[in-house]
Amino acid sequence: MQIAVLALQGAFIEHENMLSKLGVSSIEIRQKKDLKKDFDGLIIPGGESTVQGQLLKELDLLSPLKDLIVNGMPVFGTCAGLLLLADRIDNDTRSYLQTMDIIATRNAYGRQLGSFYIESEFEGIGTIPMTFIRAPFIKKVYGGASPLATVDGHIVAARHGKQLVTAFHPELNNSLSVHEYFCNMVNGSDY
Amino acid sequence: MSNNRYELNKNLAQMLKGGVIMDVTTPEQARIAEEAGACAVMALERIPADIRAAGGVSRMSDPKMIKGIQDAVSIPVMAKCRIGHFAEAQILQAIEIDYIDESEVLSPADDKYHIDKTGFDVPFVCGAKDLGEALRRINEGASMIRTKGEPGTGDIIQAVRHMRSMQSEIRRIGSLSEDELFDTAKSLAVPYDLLKYVHDHKKLPVVNFAAGGVATPADAALMMQLGAEGVFVGSGIFKSGDPAKRASAIVKAVTNYTDAALLAELSEDLGEAMVGINEQEIDLLMAERGK
Repeated sequence: MQIAVLALQGAFIEHENMLSKLGVSSIEIRQKKDLKKDFDGLIIPGGESTVQGQLLKELDLLSPLKDLIVNGMPVFGTCAGLLLLADRIDNDTRSYLQTMDIIATRNAYGRQLGSFYIESEFEGIGTIPMTFIRAPFIKKVYGGASPLATVDGHIVAARHGKQLVTAFHPELNNSLSVHEYFCNMVNGSDY
Repeated sequence: MSNNRYELNKNLAQMLKGGVIMDVTTPEQARIAEEAGACAVMALERIPADIRAAGGVSRMSDPKMIKGIQDAVSIPVMAKCRIGHFAEAQILQAIEIDYIDESEVLSPADDKYHIDKTGFDVPFVCGAKDLGEALRRINEGASMIRTKGEPGTGDIIQAVRHMRSMQSEIRRIGSLSEDELFDTAKSLAVPYDLLKYVHDHKKLPVVNFAAGGVATPADAALMMQLGAEGVFVGSGIFKSGDPAKRASAIVKAVTNYTDAALLAELSEDLGEAMVGINEQEIDLLMAERGK
């Protein structure tokens, strides 16, 4: 199994380190020609959604990646990655890949002083560490999407087919469980 | 792992990696920067080149001006306070700034003590010329480091010198034996624990950006190849002929900093770069402020 990590901006190395701890190899996607490499799943990391979104458009990556995801490429988005996959962002006019049946709220906890850490339940895994950095949350799931974790009444993780998103950053903590969950989605052992 | 602000603040710096932080003086410039792909903006009344030209004492910006920029964009907003001026830092924290730059670009308020940043909830970034300065700032609570470079000059030489010095010292520390670390901590005037971290991980315990003198996509790519994890661009963008285009080109150069063919494309038709001054032509070395 080989996972591609979108490496336009943000905490992509942290994801690569998590995968390597799981014994999974990774490649980086920085431009269109990188899509020719072999990969079985895609991770969209945390960072700034406006930056990654803008680069996706300017580097002609948006529609090829959208096609891949629509055709079943498993994808895991954290924080900014969640916003890039959301069908709509309720407090922002920008939208990007729009492959997932969720409506997200950007900077939902305010500025950096609103960032926080908590340990909470994740469906199918148990209690895990969750670090929220200027994080979004999911205002609504519908259609094919269903919630996987809720903190203070807000949905912070969801799944829609082979698409997984978290508003928090599993790549910043020691628990490998969410990455393992995603790898199981990729190799089909979750069904 | 605990719910401690310092961890969360280091984490925010991790999210900025691979990005470009741009100096802006008005909400309109902030919007141009965000559109061009800035991962954060630095709200300033005057950009470093103008501070340098104007002379006199330069201070924290008007909070109203900073709030105007906070309202204009959705990305993190940073602002500068003077070295050692903890009251300015308290004010910036009160308006919920996302990052405080305790900066040598402004006139220092204290020639001996930096701010005790451990007493704050908001994160701090500080400048450093070498590993010793970087670790001293981290020990005081900085959760992000940047090279000092020489602000407002458009001359990259100092940023290169600082980044090279830091990287070469990190390599040297990594090669020391455990018992040599105690004496090296003493000679660098840094805490042993932080030096041990550098020795074990072969990197700083926080994110390290390049700053000071970046004016072109090539400058940005140079700093990334020298080991920077992202880039601050101060005067380089809004002192140039076509700020939006140059900003966007520098953002793309930071993402694809090893692809020379793409860098060539990005460097075309950018209009006039900021004029710049060479380091020999300036009287005031801002990088010498705060050690």
